[in-house]
Amino acid sequence: MSVQASPTLFMASASAAVAALSDVITFKRVARLGEDALRRPTGSEMWARAVHLCLRAAARGRRGFTSKADPQGSGRVTGELIQHLERLSLVDFGSQEAVARLEKAIAFADRLRAVNTDGVEPMESVLEDRCLYLRSDNVVEGNCAEELLQNSHRVVEEYFVAPPGNISWSKLDEKQPFPHH
Amino acid sequence: MAAPMLRWCCPGRRFAFARVGCGSCHRRGPPTGSTSNGKRGQSTVAQQPHITAQKPRKGEREWAAVVGLEIHAQIASNSKLFSGSQVHFAAPPNSLVSFFDASLPGTLPVLNRRCVEAAVMTGLALDCHINRKSLFDRKHYFYADLPAGYQITQQRLPIAVNGSLAYSVSVGRKPSQMVTRTVRVKQIQLEQDSGKSLHDDLRSQTLIDLNRAGIGLLEVVLEPDMSCGEEAATAVRELQLILQALGTSQANMAEGQLRVDANISVHRPGEPLGVRTEVKNLNSARFLARAIDYEIQRQINELENGGEILNETRSFDYKLGFMPEPNLPPLLLYDSGSLPPGADPQQVIDIDRLRERLPELPRVTRERLVRQYGMLPEHSCALLNEVGLLEFFQSVIKETRAEPKKVTSWVLNTFLGFLKQQNLAVSESPVTPSALAELLDLLDRKAISSSAAKQVFEELWRNEGKTPAQIVAEKKLELLQDLEALEQLCRSTLEAHPHVVMDLKRGNPRAINKLIGLVRKATLGRADPTAIKEVLERQLSS
Repeated sequence: MSVQASPTLFMASASAAVAALSDVITFKRVARLGEDALRRPTGSEMWARAVHLCLRAAARGRRGFTSKADPQGSGRVTGELIQHLERLSLVDFGSQEAVARLEKAIAFADRLRAVNTDGVEPMESVLEDRCLYLRSDNVVEGNCAEELLQNSHRVVEEYFVAPPGNISWSKLDEKQPFPHH
Repeated sequence: MAAPMLRWCCPGRRFAFARVGCGSCHRRGPPTGSTSNGKRGQSTVAQQPHITAQKPRKGEREWAAVVGLEIHAQIASNSKLFSGSQVHFAAPPNSLVSFFDASLPGTLPVLNRRCVEAAVMTGLALDCHINRKSLFDRKHYFYADLPAGYQITQQRLPIAVNGSLAYSVSVGRKPSQMVTRTVRVKQIQLEQDSGKSLHDDLRSQTLIDLNRAGIGLLEVVLEPDMSCGEEAATAVRELQLILQALGTSQANMAEGQLRVDANISVHRPGEPLGVRTEVKNLNSARFLARAIDYEIQRQINELENGGEILNETRSFDYKLGFMPEPNLPPLLLYDSGSLPPGADPQQVIDIDRLRERLPELPRVTRERLVRQYGMLPEHSCALLNEVGLLEFFQSVIKETRAEPKKVTSWVLNTFLGFLKQQNLAVSESPVTPSALAELLDLLDRKAISSSAAKQVFEELWRNEGKTPAQIVAEKKLELLQDLEALEQLCRSTLEAHPHVVMDLKRGNPRAINKLIGLVRKATLGRADPTAIKEVLERQLSS
């Protein structure tokens, strides 16, 4: 599925992982530690964010999650939270279906909490044992304005024209909070 | 943490509204001048611009202001922080942009060694602790000039922490009454700059130029140890001088290489700190102090009128998503003790070696000038305050035999005066150090008088290609060297003006000046007044 706006490496892989029909998300290390040990990123917020991005695709009418998880009574998503999320991600949660999907996705991701990570250092990067390569300060790139500008839908005199994609704050305020149960 | 209360740190403000933030009385008073471009809380009182300072009223309690700064300095490097595209100020739009800068999929960041060295050197210059291990993070927010949707920064574990920056403020009316203050440096971190957005109002669209996107920035966070606009501006100026001396940034505010965000709050002394507001993207040195003072005054007025300070940006802040940058392993730095043996020198950074190679810092330079040339501290400040002036001064000193004090005086008064009058930079000066050195030599040899020297200087400024010696010859400005002729002139003057002589003999000391003046006129201004006086006195007493 395609993810819009800012597909970061991490998010893309996370979304793919979550959307995949697997219960366990594996990293390279897991095999060494044994089946039950899972390294968990710091904070469940990060996973919730991964879920947001997945949901964006879902909200656009693509196929939803075939989630095996039951909503674990982690609570309904309140209207306030929806507004907050909309501001954060600039995604328009325009339908009840979208909210329901969001709740399911959060419940699905919440299953990570079942893993016991006491005394386990959070891994932030699979590259943590690698050496950070230092590049020497030479100019080797650039000068490809024409090529880059071809990627843009609209161009004015070698400037990119910013897409009207970002919902402006004022527009967000004008919207009625989405009524839900 | 209460702000230090100062007596009088903002003498002679150009825009006279009530004194704020500097320890003397803080009163309510209408803010003046134009508003800054920062975000503001709601103001419920409309004010008329009003330019008088109000007299302190008895019994009114004081306010203390607290100012913290976040300073972004563009690193002076050839290429960007994470890509190999060029760093340059003016270039055709989007011509200095690589695929990574444009955030095309499949591109990865590769750290620029020069930027790391710049950060370490700046950290060392500010007495920071350099973290041997630092981490990169992503700060997510949506804006058209941030194509990736996130900025790579160092929020969790920056490269340098816990330093200090010392600066001098004047605490009296005399420029010599200076006091050193320190502001703590919370941290220094490496981060990416964003692109530039230009708003086209006519067609109601935003145009994006990514030339600036990805340029390395040093973010220097200063703790809220400052208490008014002047302190903040002085601290920023000192940081600017340090960065320029290190060569880590050109720190030119006008070109956007140094940008300052100020966090400001006010409170009653002894009470907890107030709500802070942020004034963002100050990019003019002159404007900085004014904008901060304006905001302080606005907050005071607001609170005294019973209102409250609202912070719009604060609510936006905690929403920003931070996550570790997964494409960059931790940045490890070494010192001579911990260098891994046989390591590729290109791939390791030795903090001790960088420390050894640190150039002389402004503070040290000023102290050295005072010691070496016997000048006053404010002179050394003035020499460092103008780009290129110190080099000019040192060139002149090298070539002339005149006393350093003379050179200092000529450079700071005459030379700088002429520059300022015509709004020129030192590099644009029509007078070269050699020319000034030659002129000062003539003065030193007593070949010309000081008033003649000033005339020669004016001629030199016209830049007609003549040397000082030529000008002196042309305008016949040489001092009368012929003592005989001088004696004769004095004698004839004395004879011609017997009443003045009598006046002098009767005890009027000022009469001698009249005589000196007469002799000078007779010599067509080519005689040194002191020499004349000497001869006259000798002749009169005989």
